[in-house]
Amino acid sequence: MISIWFFIGVSLLVNGVLIMGAGIWDVLYPPENPVVLFSLHANLWWGLALTLSGIVYCVKFAPKRKT
Amino acid sequence: MTLLLAAGAPTRLVHLAPIDIVIVVFYFVLVLAIGWYLKGRANTGEDFFMAGREMTAWVAGLSFLSANLGALELMGWAGSAYQYGILATHWYWIGAIPAMLFLALVMMPFYYISKTHSVPGYLRLRFGEPSRALSAISFAFMTVLMSGVNMFAMAKVMQIVLGWDINFSIWVSSLTVAIYVSLGGLRSAIFNEELQFFLIWAGALLIPILGLYEAGGWANLKVQIAQRTSEQYVHMWSGLGSFTGNPMGVHWTGMVFGLGVVAAMGYWTTDFLVVQRILAAKDIRSAEMAPIIGAGFKMLVPFIVVLPGLIGLAVLPETLVPESIATATGAHSYNDVLPLMLARYCGPGLLGLGVTALIAGFMSGMAGNVSAFTTVWTYDIYRPFVNSRGSDQHYVSMGRWTTIIGVLISVGTAYLVMEFASIMDYVQALFSFFIAPLFGTVVLGMLWKRATRAGGFWGLLCGTLSSIGMWTWVKLNPSALRYVALSPHAKGLAQDMYQALWSFLVCVIVTVVVSLATKPMHDDELTGLVYGLTEVPAVGNVPLYQKPLFWAAIVTVVFFALNIIFW
Repeated sequence: MISIWFFIGVSLLVNGVLIMGAGIWDVLYPPENPVVLFSLHANLWWGLALTLSGIVYCVKFAPKRKT
Repeated sequence: MTLLLAAGAPTRLVHLAPIDIVIVVFYFVLVLAIGWYLKGRANTGEDFFMAGREMTAWVAGLSFLSANLGALELMGWAGSAYQYGILATHWYWIGAIPAMLFLALVMMPFYYISKTHSVPGYLRLRFGEPSRALSAISFAFMTVLMSGVNMFAMAKVMQIVLGWDINFSIWVSSLTVAIYVSLGGLRSAIFNEELQFFLIWAGALLIPILGLYEAGGWANLKVQIAQRTSEQYVHMWSGLGSFTGNPMGVHWTGMVFGLGVVAAMGYWTTDFLVVQRILAAKDIRSAEMAPIIGAGFKMLVPFIVVLPGLIGLAVLPETLVPESIATATGAHSYNDVLPLMLARYCGPGLLGLGVTALIAGFMSGMAGNVSAFTTVWTYDIYRPFVNSRGSDQHYVSMGRWTTIIGVLISVGTAYLVMEFASIMDYVQALFSFFIAPLFGTVVLGMLWKRATRAGGFWGLLCGTLSSIGMWTWVKLNPSALRYVALSPHAKGLAQDMYQALWSFLVCVIVTVVVSLATKPMHDDELTGLVYGLTEVPAVGNVPLYQKPLFWAAIVTVVFFALNIIFW
C-alpha cells in the first residue's frame, strides 16, 4: 500500500515547483502592484523549501517495487 | 464562527492568478485520486469504519489534530486574536493540552480495550442501550446538521474572499467529499486530513514569519499593539484576576475550570469526531501516543492562527470592526484578518497555496463529520434498532450510502441556513449542549465503578437539559448572562465556559445521586470498562523515548513554559 507520506510528498513537490516558478517569473517580470516585503521574494525561497521537502518525502516513502 | 456568516462585504478580498487556480485544481485532483486508490481497501466493516485499525501514532495523531483544524476555526480564531488579543491562545493551550493528555493516559486505554467502534458504543457497554441511544441519536443528528452549517459558512467565506458563487462552492466541495469518503471510508478521510495538515502549515506559516519581520520582532510587535490597544492584549494570564482586567471579560476560574477542565475535556475526550481517529490506531501504544503527538503540534498552532491576528493589529493600516458594523459600513471585519494578511504578504502561487489550505481545512472537516456520522448511524442506530442481522458486507454498503445521504442532508441544511440564517445559531448552540454532560457521564463511567446504568442515563439527560435551559434563559433574557457567567461584565465566550461547567456539574451530581439510590452493578459486567476492574495492558518493553508517559511529561513542561513566557 502506498504510504500517505508519499502522497504528501507529491503535494509538496508539485506545489513547491509551481510556487517557485511563480517566484522566478516575479523576479524576471516584477508586478505593478507588489505585495508587502516583495523584495524578500518569499515565493521563490518558500517554493524551493517545499520542493526540497517534497523530494525528500517522495524518495523516502516511494512505493517499493515487488521483485 | 457565527460571525463569519453574516452578510459579507460586497467586494472580494483577494484575486487569484492563473497559477493559483492551478494549485487549487491540483488539490482536488489529488484528493480524488487518493479516494480512488483507497477504494479497494475498504471492503470490510473494520476497513471502512475504522480504517482497518492500522494507523501509526503519527498518522492517527495528526489526523486527530486536523479534525479540529478547519478553515473556519483558523479564520475565526485569527479574528478573535485581533479582537481579544493573545487571550485567544487559551483555546489552543489550556483549552486543549491537558484534555489531550488526559485522553491519552487515562481514557484511551478503556476506549481501546473495549474495542468499541464509537463513543456511544462505549456508553452501551457501560450504561446500557438507553444511554447509547440518547448519545448516538443526538450526535448523528447534530453532526450532519453542523456539517451543513459549516458548508454554508465556508461557501459564504469563499464568496467574500474570492468572489466565488455559493452554489458552486457547496456542490463542488460536497460532491468531492462524498466521492472520496464513500470510496475509501475513514482511511480516505484520515489521508486527506494528513494532507490538509501539511497544506495548512505550508500555506499559513509564512504570514507570521513575514509579519514578525515587518513588525521588527516580537518585542517591537508588543509595543506597537500596546500603542494601538492596551498592554493586556499581549498577556495571557496577568489580566485574568478580574472580569474587567482583560478584553474578554473573563475570570481565570472560568478559563481554568470552565474551559480547561470541562469544555476542553468534553470536546477532546468524548466528541466522536476526533476520538474516532485515535480508535483507528494499530495498537495501545499508538493509541496513547497519538493524542500526545497531537498535543505537541496543537501548542504550535497559535503561531499560525493567533500571531497573524496580533500582527494584523500592529501592521494593518485600517482598523477592523465587528461583523455587524462591517455589514453596515462595508469596512473589513475582525474575521477578515487572516485573508487580509494572506493578501498582504502572499503573491501568485503562495496565495493559491493559502486558499487551498483553507479549502482543504473545510473539506476535511466535512469529511470528518460525515465519516463520524456514518459510523454512528450504522453501528449505533441502524444495527441495534433497525437491522441487527445484516452481514458485514451489508453494513459496509450501508456505510457507503449513508455517506452520500449524509452529504446530501448537509447540502440541504446549507440551503436551509441560506434561507433562514437564524437556524445556524440554534444548530451551533445545540451541538454544545451535549458535549460537557457527555464528558461527565463517560469519565464517571470509566473512573467510578459504583455508577449505575440508571445513574448514567439520568445524569446525561439532566446535564443536557440544564445546558439547554441556561442557553434558552440567556436567549430570552440576555441580562441573565450575569448569573450564568457570574459577572455583569461577562461576554459571549464566557457564557460558553460557564454553561459547560454548570451542565457538567448537574450531570455529575445527578449521576452520583441516582447511582447511590439504585442497585450497584456486578463486577463481572464492568470488567474492561472501569478502573480497578480492568487490567490496562502495558505499552510493551520499549525504550524510555518511546513511552507515552515520557512524551506527555515533555509536552507538560513545554505547556507550562509557554504559559509562563506569555504570562
